[in-house]
Amino acid sequence: MITLIDYGVGNIFAFQNVYKRLDIPTKIAKTSSDLEGAEKLILPGVGAFDYAMQQLNASGMRDKLDELVLDKKIPVIGICVGMQMMGNKSEEGREEGLKWMDAEIKRFDESLINQRTKLPHMGWNDVVPVRNHPLFSRLEHNAIFYFLHSYFFKCNDHSNTIAVSDYGLQFTSAANVDNIYGIQFHPEKSHQYGEILLDNFAKI
Amino acid sequence: MLRPRIIPSLLYHDKGLVKTVNFKSPKYVGDPINAVRIFNEKQVDELAFFDIDATVLGKEPDYALIEKLANQSRMPLCYGGGVKTKEQAQRIFGLGIEKIALSSAIIQNSKLVTEIAERVGSQSVIVVLDVKKKVFGGYELYTHNGKKATGINPLKLAAEMQQLGAGEIIINSIDQDGSMKGYDMSLIEKVAGVTSLPLTVLGGAGSLQDIENVIEKHGVIGVAAGSLFVFKGPYKAVLINYPSQTEKNKIFKVDNNEN
Repeated sequence: MITLIDYGVGNIFAFQNVYKRLDIPTKIAKTSSDLEGAEKLILPGVGAFDYAMQQLNASGMRDKLDELVLDKKIPVIGICVGMQMMGNKSEEGREEGLKWMDAEIKRFDESLINQRTKLPHMGWNDVVPVRNHPLFSRLEHNAIFYFLHSYFFKCNDHSNTIAVSDYGLQFTSAANVDNIYGIQFHPEKSHQYGEILLDNFAKI
Repeated sequence: MLRPRIIPSLLYHDKGLVKTVNFKSPKYVGDPINAVRIFNEKQVDELAFFDIDATVLGKEPDYALIEKLANQSRMPLCYGGGVKTKEQAQRIFGLGIEKIALSSAIIQNSKLVTEIAERVGSQSVIVVLDVKKKVFGGYELYTHNGKKATGINPLKLAAEMQQLGAGEIIINSIDQDGSMKGYDMSLIEKVAGVTSLPLTVLGGAGSLQDIENVIEKHGVIGVAAGSLFVFKGPYKAVLINYPSQTEKNKIFKVDNNEN
């Protein structure tokens, strides 16, 4: 069972649909009691960092999430802004992050981007795993994913990076510390590659 | 490598999908949900969906339909049509849409771009500019499906939209719409010259070669088409189609072994 955290930001239904096709049951959590007994969590996110943090803080789920993730160590994956929220702070806003991973969220340096189009980083790009990792099983070669963002996740500990992509500079497109995972791209909108990745997460 | 995006553009009118010529004579081409399913199978880079009735009839976006589209779509989806407030935009995002296209509403209130960007992030706010050549040179912005001339210079507006926090510009040529004679390359060049935002061009594609021509010149760009992806053959039989990964790699000049 995968529990999708619904705090009013992000694309819950798209994840539900992918898992329906994979025949893996999901549940939507809107309140702290919905989170009771969760085995695996997805923290989606689109849009602005501050708005997403404020919505999550106002959802009443914060304490329960900290308990599940930090004490009970159940697997959790943050998607796009959901990943960024797992870090310490973002240059996009003033709100504090969840601090589940030691990372700062930085804006891409436009001067390094060698094309007319600068930001956002939008479209399909390569995601290259830096080591064997169960999240990228069957995705070791030639996987492309859909990105839509202007800020990226900068791990303070490089060993947390599990996959990289390139946009002006090489950045962390997937990270992992213990039971905590984050991916910058949108697997729910990345056709078969995304489906494989979400399947892999379900099997972790 | 970040790839260019090849984007089918779907028009919704009178409960069905249609394709127009010069924004006129809508021809029925199919059911929207069915089309999304087929484009899923074809692994489309991104899909754009425009409700061309909403603004003209002064209607709210059809949330039930948008929800169905978003649920079906395994690719990024851009929705446009009738969005006038940040509350509407927020609601549409909640239904699982990645990008919202604004058009006529920004003429009345350009701050709307900023307001929505603050809520959902710039990357998700798209400004669609429907433009027509002026008789004595230059371009003019139109709204309401090409019926209302605004007197606005679309190039100036495109530059302004970047300042206000838009995340992408879609430039749609009314003159080329449905013609299948190729994109207005000089228009694309002009818009590319005034903004560093991601740009998607629409109007005129009649072949993959037309798409390749744009990509060759502009590199990472969104290339959208209506007729090309819903019609087949000289008699324009309705048949949804889209280039395969191999064909796309050829257009993008990506090594097939690489992807």
